[in-house]
Amino acid sequence: MTAFFEQWMPYEWAWFTATISGILLIALPLMLAVAMIIYVDRKVWAAMALRRGPNVVGPWGLLQSFADGLKVFLQETIIPSAANKGLFLIAPIITFTVALMAWAVMPFGPEAVLSDINVGLLYILAISSLGVYGVVIAGWASNSKYPFFSAMRAAAQMISYEVSIGFILICVVLWAGTFNLNGIVEAQQGHVLGLLNGFAFNPLLFPLWVMFLISSLAETARAPFDLTEAESELVAGYQTEYSSMSFALYWLGEYANVLLMCALNATLFFGGWLPPLNVDWLPGFYVPGWIWLFGKIFVFFFVFSWVKATVPRYRYDQLMRLGWKVFLPLSLIFVVLVSGWLMLTRYGV
Amino acid sequence: MIQTLAFYLFAFMVIASAVMVIMARNPVHSVLWLILAFFNAAGLMVLLGAEFIAMLLVIVYVGAVAVLFLFVVMMLDIDFAELRAGFVRNFPLGLLVALILFVELFVGLVAHNAGGLVPGSAAGAIDTSGASMSNIEAFGALFFERYIFLFEAAGMILLVAMIGAIVLTHRQRPDGARSHQNVGKQVRRRPGEATVMKQPGVGQGVEL
Repeated sequence: MTAFFEQWMPYEWAWFTATISGILLIALPLMLAVAMIIYVDRKVWAAMALRRGPNVVGPWGLLQSFADGLKVFLQETIIPSAANKGLFLIAPIITFTVALMAWAVMPFGPEAVLSDINVGLLYILAISSLGVYGVVIAGWASNSKYPFFSAMRAAAQMISYEVSIGFILICVVLWAGTFNLNGIVEAQQGHVLGLLNGFAFNPLLFPLWVMFLISSLAETARAPFDLTEAESELVAGYQTEYSSMSFALYWLGEYANVLLMCALNATLFFGGWLPPLNVDWLPGFYVPGWIWLFGKIFVFFFVFSWVKATVPRYRYDQLMRLGWKVFLPLSLIFVVLVSGWLMLTRYGV
Repeated sequence: MIQTLAFYLFAFMVIASAVMVIMARNPVHSVLWLILAFFNAAGLMVLLGAEFIAMLLVIVYVGAVAVLFLFVVMMLDIDFAELRAGFVRNFPLGLLVALILFVELFVGLVAHNAGGLVPGSAAGAIDTSGASMSNIEAFGALFFERYIFLFEAAGMILLVAMIGAIVLTHRQRPDGARSHQNVGKQVRRRPGEATVMKQPGVGQGVEL
């Protein structure tokens, strides 16, 4: 994109303009996607509960999220008198910013990536581990017991599942041979028999994808692992004391994180922007990459809503047990298995 | 130009937030300033071209260690007045530690200026300076070929530390398995074992 802007201005300004417009090109559609995906979530959830869901604002209720956004925008921001004011206001901003930051390295096509860095996957891991601060700071700064419990839960939960996510990602990286997300996508081209694009179709990596999907539910604190905002115990968890736009920022950041996890599922295990079938005479081969990526994200999001609509919430000790006693040993075993297999087949013993 | 600007920004932020770590009145604020310091140090690493270390710094220190710090500090009931009471008494000790650290840094800098230790310059070195090799590959080449035994020794020490921590904190419940969650048993339970149908007569209780 820099070359495009260089027609009118010197290189430095062209680079600057290109980067800014790249950021806007990702962030603005992402915000729109978050608004629409909240609507989709509510519709899917309603359909599974045999309700109608939002259907009043706009055709089929499509504009519901925008109406909600306008509503919270006009509301008063209430800061509890006992709260730590600065941190209370900064916490939702952290959540929201961090949720947007991770998208910088997400590849939407062979060339369409804002920042094509070598350590893309590590960057995403680093940024997603920052997400917990928004929640923890909110819980502490609210100076109220339910948010505080929620913050404790969130901190323990995210650390627990990041461990197994790390090991799962190591397996993917070993197989792809790179930390660069575009490299990982390209390594999946024709991965199975030269026909299917995606690590998940590999029998050795498929269990890892299942673990990754469940861990990503836990990492984004979605049902059945939404203990941080379990309304039956903690009112609304860390968001209890929040109102107006600060509440909306949590809402947006949470869904942006969910979308990111869906995109990671698609990118790491289902070939990202590649079509599912690696056959060049099929029409799907000529569909632009970002459409495939969006389609895959949408499918995974449907799975997320499906789980939310059907699975009851875990008990906290069960959550910890699943993370530490099931996923951690399993993913460690798979690190050994995958690296052993690669040594045997690819590098020679 | 922009590198210089970024360097001074990150360096200033590291020092400023490090100062704030010890100046902040509230321990939770201290931890948050510490996190900011880590984050800016990661920024400095990126400027050096060591993006792998930068990411590890964020993942390990910011993402895990500092969360646990925060976790503990948030739950502490700290009396701030008492915390500052020992300041004068401990001041000479702190000064001594600071002096030792300063001397070490100074010696290190002098040694560096006098030729220093260039990584990989010794015999049988692996050239990691080449632009053809990515950061991670260079690390792998050094860790798993040249320094493999040191690396494994470090891993062993960490493993021992981990087992030690588990042994120290592990405790048997005094009442045996009563308070222990047996997941298999819970999953195997069927409605027939969990509920009983009773038809209590009028004015009578139920005997279970």
